[in-house]
Amino acid sequence: MHESVLQLIEIYVFILAGFVGFLVITRVPPLLHTPLMSATNAISGISLVGSLVAAGAGHSRLTTALGFAAVVAATINVVGGFLITDRMLKMFKRAAPGGKGQERK
Amino acid sequence: MTRLVILEATYLAASIFFILGLRSLTKPDSARRGMQQAAVGMLLAVAGTLLHHEIIEYHWIAAGLVLGSLVGYPMGMWVPMTAMPQRIAASHMFGALAATLVGIAEFSKLGDGALVTRPLMGALGFEVLFGSLTITGSLMAFGKLQGLVPGVPVTFRGQNAVNGLLFAAAVGLFLLLVWAPATPWAFYLVVGLGLVVGVSLVLPIGGADMPVVISLLNSYAGLASSATGFAIGNNVLIIAGALDGASGFILSIIMSKAMNRSFGNVLFGAFGKPQESSRAAAGLTVRPITAEDAAIQLAYAQKVIVVPGYGMAVAQAQHAVKELAALIEKNGGEVKYAIHPVAGRMPGHMNVLLAEADIPYDKLKEMDEINPEFPSCDVALVIGANDVVNPAARNDKGSPIYGMPILDVDQARSVIVLKRSMNPGFAGIENELFYSERTSMLFGDAKASLQKLAEQVKLA
Repeated sequence: MHESVLQLIEIYVFILAGFVGFLVITRVPPLLHTPLMSATNAISGISLVGSLVAAGAGHSRLTTALGFAAVVAATINVVGGFLITDRMLKMFKRAAPGGKGQERK
Repeated sequence: MTRLVILEATYLAASIFFILGLRSLTKPDSARRGMQQAAVGMLLAVAGTLLHHEIIEYHWIAAGLVLGSLVGYPMGMWVPMTAMPQRIAASHMFGALAATLVGIAEFSKLGDGALVTRPLMGALGFEVLFGSLTITGSLMAFGKLQGLVPGVPVTFRGQNAVNGLLFAAAVGLFLLLVWAPATPWAFYLVVGLGLVVGVSLVLPIGGADMPVVISLLNSYAGLASSATGFAIGNNVLIIAGALDGASGFILSIIMSKAMNRSFGNVLFGAFGKPQESSRAAAGLTVRPITAEDAAIQLAYAQKVIVVPGYGMAVAQAQHAVKELAALIEKNGGEVKYAIHPVAGRMPGHMNVLLAEADIPYDKLKEMDEINPEFPSCDVALVIGANDVVNPAARNDKGSPIYGMPILDVDQARSVIVLKRSMNPGFAGIENELFYSERTSMLFGDAKASLQKLAEQVKLA
């Protein structure tokens, strides 16, 4: 009983998050679709959180090994993903003549 | 207890930062700061997780974080922008890999399924099925984009039937597992079948369809992460996975629309295999042009629209484009860029390359915005684009790309096409634009041609 209520709440969270995602992401201009992809990749690297627990729980040799590999894979996505997103976004500049291009560094 | 509260608080903060980060991507000016905040959110969540009560040893965690960072840093800082499509495919692969491994670890931890309830098995099964499928699917996409696997569709007779059977078998086993979770052989077979389906699903898909495939894989990787969240009861994972899944899904819809094709058609249509051209181009000839003559047209043009395609990416010609554009602008001409949604190999591919070459983003125009401007433009400069400017999409019902929205380049006063040779484009379809009276062809490597054009414009 208790568990099924928890699961229902998780489904709530999933649906609401999907809905927010839909509303926000439909407004991202095609200009930034590639950074959007690398950004969502970096963000879903949050599965690192699950990997950390698997790697550190010391349950069995197998789960530790699987967890370790998962930590490596997820960390690659988090570190690489945020860095490359930042590198891309840094490149998008407005035309200079209006003098507004310098407002942010 | 306080530990748990702190942990959940960091997850809540991370979720909020992630959503704000994505919202910042709606405007190029705010995007960078927003994503930096999202990175801080990630850091918080990771730090919070280290307090998790189940964690009793830290050495494997530390080793994994260090190794992952050592690989991740070069993948973030050193990968050239031209390699971005395969880089993105690789990150889908890593994301799905992490989800799948966590799923298997969880299954193994719970007595190889003996302690797994049916709803939990539903989440775990979904996680490893979509995860494993995405691992090999992304690997194939990576191979095709990197040129390790033939980019042309690989097909054989009865392929769709075989794929369907494999997938049906995987789903059947999945249902069996939900009914009887303590069936380890079925669990591992689902993982195995998922890996096979991933390969067989992407193998028959051609390079020009990669934008849709990459977006779909993005969505699958997100859904697998979300399922991980359900399996281990972690809300931030559910949220981040849902955001990722929604994003990939929206992108794949946009990409499919931009090609006027359904998902089913992309996945099972094996588009892009050489086909007999529906309208014979026989008897028509193209008009080659020298760089000198083309440069004169460009030097005196009032308005030039550059139409980049995958060929520009292959030739890494974006900086040469910028140089030429600067010279045209110096002569008083106006230069804009027409970006088709599926130009290149992933969503937004052309924008990233042109931004890399320091071209201000307000000159990069979307299809609907730029199309009315073609009739008033003096020269449309097509650089390595083919299918997205093929008028057959408008007027040849027999063409495989009929109905696809295209850039109206054929309405420009004159068209200069930079192309390596007369080989048909990736979709293997003849392009009547190249035979139009207004069109002249400048053959050669796009980068070399652009550099020659720039030299000549300087002299003109």
